Amino acid sequence: MPRWIQAAVFVLVIAVIVFFAFGLRVRGEAQPSSGPAPDFTLKTFDGATYRLSELKGQVVVINFWASWCVPCRDEAPFLQKTWEQYKDRGVVFLGVDWVDPEPDARAYIKEFGVTYPNGPDLGTVIAPLYRIKGVPETYFVGKDGNLAGNSLGPIGDNTGYMTQAQFVQKLETLLAAK
Amino acid sequence: MRRRFLLMAFSLAMVALALLAVTPAHAQGPNLDDETNRIAKTLYCPVCPNTPLDVCSTQACAQWRALIKEMLQQGKTEEQIRAYFVQQYGDVVLGAPPAQGFNWLAYILPAIGIVLGAAIAWFTVRQWIVRRGEGAPPAQVTVPKEYADRIEKDLKEL
Repeated sequence: MPRWIQAAVFVLVIAVIVFFAFGLRVRGEAQPSSGPAPDFTLKTFDGATYRLSELKGQVVVINFWASWCVPCRDEAPFLQKTWEQYKDRGVVFLGVDWVDPEPDARAYIKEFGVTYPNGPDLGTVIAPLYRIKGVPETYFVGKDGNLAGNSLGPIGDNTGYMTQAQFVQKLETLLAAK
Repeated sequence: MRRRFLLMAFSLAMVALALLAVTPAHAQGPNLDDETNRIAKTLYCPVCPNTPLDVCSTQACAQWRALIKEMLQQGKTEEQIRAYFVQQYGDVVLGAPPAQGFNWLAYILPAIGIVLGAAIAWFTVRQWIVRRGEGAPPAQVTVPKEYADRIEKDLKEL
């Protein structure tokens, strides 16, 4: 058999192995909880635009949600209430709506009276940055622009994830940090 | 009186038929559902990977199907609906990646594999044929001299 065919087969096999290994590695990576927060731009349902990197100096809470997600409905009133308490203290909430039809998302926002900025993850480009596995997931960004923890499930007292008290405590800690 | 009534009924029937005739096919119930399912079959919701939208039982997929139906009712074409879903949710909603950029690998690699496989098979078979054609080398038979002499003698006597 000519040497060039042997070399081509060898290169092809190696390329396929590397390709799949890389894919498995990326897919298996956990959601980030520290380091620089992946930057993104969110265009809200109201037409406003927020760029995460431009919010440096403020504490940012990024909440991934969807209207079809039942646990998101459970935590929505708490998030809205907390936003109202902290919005004048240098805390920004950003709601990122994940794979959700816009009419349903708008109905959800109206149903829960959500007033903090919310927008669709257009083209599903923000979710992969945070490697979210589902909704709800919430990420905390400190004033320095670094991630400062996350809650990979609904925020609530009996959810097995972050409790409401822990959420508030987290905001206070991040606000107190320089 | 009766004639006038018949005329009126006939006119109403004609108007009703005309209205039915101009009603677009996509606005009819069963056809609309079929069309919705046909399009849904080609789309995938990221919430439940590898499950086509038409058979996915999650609430997310139900909402997506409802959206497809609504867009069909608005007169949108299949291409417009698919383009909308790609714009909203990314290429991940498609059953196959669009043939552009890095995605080309997914289309080219199988073809390269087939060509290489065929080349390997061709060379292997050719080697077999060449070996078989050459045949086994003749065996070197050494006959002891006394037997050779005897055979020579017997042949002369014949």
